[in-house]
Amino acid sequence: MSTQLAEPGSDLRTPARGVARRERPVTAAGLLTKAILLGLVVAIAIWAAMPLIDAGAWVGLAVLVVGTVGLCYLYLTPRHIPAKYLVPGTLFLLAFQVFPVLYTASTAFTNFGDGHRGSKEDAIVAIQTSSVTQVPGSTEYALSVATTGDPATGPLVFLVTDPTTGVVSAGDTEGLRTLSAADVTVAPGGKVTAADGYTLLNFGQVNARSQEVTDFAVPTSGGAIRSSGLSRAYEGKALRAYDAGCDCVRDTVTGKTWTADADLGAFVAADGERLIQGWQVNVGLNNFARLITDSTISGPFLSTLVWNLVFAIGSTGGTFVLGLLCALALHSPRVRGRNIYRVLLILPYAMPAFAMLLIWRDMFNTDFGLINNLFGLDVDWFGQEWSARLAVIGVQLWLGYPYMFLVATGALQAIPAELTEASSIDGASPWQSFRRVTLPLLLVALSPLLISSFAYNFNNFNAIHLTSEGGPFPADNSSVGATDLLITYTYRLAFGAAGAQYGFAAAVSVFIFALVAIISAVSFRRTRQQEEVYT
Amino acid sequence: MSAVDSSRARRGRWLTQVGWRHLVGLVAVVFSLFPIVFVVSAAINPLGTLSSTELLPTGASLDNFVNLFRDTEFGRWFLNSILIAGLAAAASVFLSALAAYAFSRMRFRGRRVGLLALLLIQMFPQFLAIVAIFLIFTKVTDLWPVIGFNTSWGLMLLYLGTALGVNTWLMKGFFDTLPKELDESATMDGASHVQVFFRIMLPLVAPILAVAGLLAFISTINEFLIANVFLTQAESKTLAVGMYGLVAGERNANFGIFAAGTLLTAVPTVAVFQFLQRYIVSGLTAGAVKG
Repeated sequence: MSTQLAEPGSDLRTPARGVARRERPVTAAGLLTKAILLGLVVAIAIWAAMPLIDAGAWVGLAVLVVGTVGLCYLYLTPRHIPAKYLVPGTLFLLAFQVFPVLYTASTAFTNFGDGHRGSKEDAIVAIQTSSVTQVPGSTEYALSVATTGDPATGPLVFLVTDPTTGVVSAGDTEGLRTLSAADVTVAPGGKVTAADGYTLLNFGQVNARSQEVTDFAVPTSGGAIRSSGLSRAYEGKALRAYDAGCDCVRDTVTGKTWTADADLGAFVAADGERLIQGWQVNVGLNNFARLITDSTISGPFLSTLVWNLVFAIGSTGGTFVLGLLCALALHSPRVRGRNIYRVLLILPYAMPAFAMLLIWRDMFNTDFGLINNLFGLDVDWFGQEWSARLAVIGVQLWLGYPYMFLVATGALQAIPAELTEASSIDGASPWQSFRRVTLPLLLVALSPLLISSFAYNFNNFNAIHLTSEGGPFPADNSSVGATDLLITYTYRLAFGAAGAQYGFAAAVSVFIFALVAIISAVSFRRTRQQEEVYT
Repeated sequence: MSAVDSSRARRGRWLTQVGWRHLVGLVAVVFSLFPIVFVVSAAINPLGTLSSTELLPTGASLDNFVNLFRDTEFGRWFLNSILIAGLAAAASVFLSALAAYAFSRMRFRGRRVGLLALLLIQMFPQFLAIVAIFLIFTKVTDLWPVIGFNTSWGLMLLYLGTALGVNTWLMKGFFDTLPKELDESATMDGASHVQVFFRIMLPLVAPILAVAGLLAFISTINEFLIANVFLTQAESKTLAVGMYGLVAGERNANFGIFAAGTLLTAVPTVAVFQFLQRYIVSGLTAGAVKG
């Protein structure tokens, strides 16, 4: 981005006037800026390449190299001028908007989520190690918990000493590895007190990660090594074992078998019981079908969709009417103190919305809330379906109407006063001239804003999550509440306490996108027609 | 007609033509202000709980402000927010101004498709892809911790994904209103397209840059969902995430310091807002008409 070497205005609008091609002087400052910026790009690319090489991510590296070379070419050649201006923003758009959207769309066709994260092999290992129990005759080890990284977050390693041979081994999720006796210091009793390449965790650090230590298992040939307490470990036997012959998992005690189901990505028993650990598979349109056919989902989903539409229309329409009313009222030079009104009126727009939403939530508090206190009410605002819906729309009105007031004021100023004067001379009442002249002109100017405001409110996550949190929830279903929008519902599916269902949540996202896109496209088309009528 | 009658008639006309305007204005101002008065009252209420807060202050002290800085990481959150929102807003305005210049002044293959694609992609709000973003950044955190989870830089880059989009349309509308003769004559005089952009166009569109920057700043300060997934460590949080944590658990007890934090959060926005007010009205509507 600096002075071009020799570029005539051919790509600019009109070369038709016979602009003579002439050489432009190369300014030193321009050249320097260009060199510095491109140097920076290359430096960042080299920095970014190192971890990719370490991780062996060759596809990523190839993308990086091609991208960097492409950027250098683009800004060194005098050609492709529009691209010089479009590429910087487009890169971010591709990386952080388009790619996530495509990723979302592809995730929507899988069962990805808790219990379905990795491959089938991962699932088998997980099933076997989690079924490990201590049986009579299990080997007991002295245990030291260590890590290869930071004591608080680094990956755990078990340092265990075999009671019979005194051999010290290091075990991680990959398995057990014998350490050379020269590298370790062993205290009497078999506990390792120091080991080269490992940081031993002290008692407090182990205690802080006790849950992780308890869940940690080092797979071995016959089962796995798990901790019992913080300084002892045992090698237990896996009660459930995978049998490649029948492609199933068999419980050695009860004899029950769970057969692999490639469509579900899970091991399923004859009685329909599924093991929790499954693997990620492509489920085709199942997630979308589930939205429509599963009655426990489609019922609430439909009512959520309807409420979502009501919320978006109510918020956008309500704020527009209110904002327009105020703009009309103050749109007269005869009103003294208009500026003071204006400044005070738009204050809600300048307040931090996230904080004010939480404040409003507390103003609707049943026991101490301002609303109940002020009006002497005793309404459990967020406890009942209708009052909760009324409350969240009310809050949206407060937050949103100053914006509509601002834009309506601007649009009113753009309408020539002669038009309404002319209509009043023709005998129209103020209401008539507003209805027939001002409003249509306003709508032409403001409909793109109204549509984008609708699209915004359709997915107004904060408005719900920070006030009612989707509640109140029906007694029999804690996943969809009365004020839930599709986006808050999606969020709960993906990150909620009930376990992550990324695949299904992604399907809902794709569905929302399709819906918003269709609604917006139709309204844009309509407003375009309208514009042709009025202008 | 007597003098009394005519003055009564005049007063009647004043009521129907001007009086109602004041009435609407007053009601609107009361509606706008009462929650803010409540926040101020809560912020200076020495007891600092929700149950002890009234609409009008019952006492005055700065305890809540002192506690806010002493007991929480509010200072850090504030700096994080200002840094992220400020830089992201500035960068996104610059990126979209570049694109708007190309779309407004140059004719190239794919221009129409590009503009429509921007409109369509922008309808897929970034946070709908939150699951994918989470998974992508799990990988990024492994490879480049500097821009991974819990870093301001990573979050800022992520926000720049939406830099093109509505801003580009808003600005393109504004660029289109500038007479083409300006840059054509500059080109004739030997200015390169870079000089046209930086020396002629950018100064002329300053109002829309200010408006777009302010809007981006406000929306980034208020962004909660992505930041909440992205930032989990106390010192890396933004205001939205950090202050949400204040009232997520003990909402009654922390209400006073939360209100104090709300007021402080509003300070930079209100200041810039008052400063830019006249640009905002004209900027928004100029963009809207061209939409």
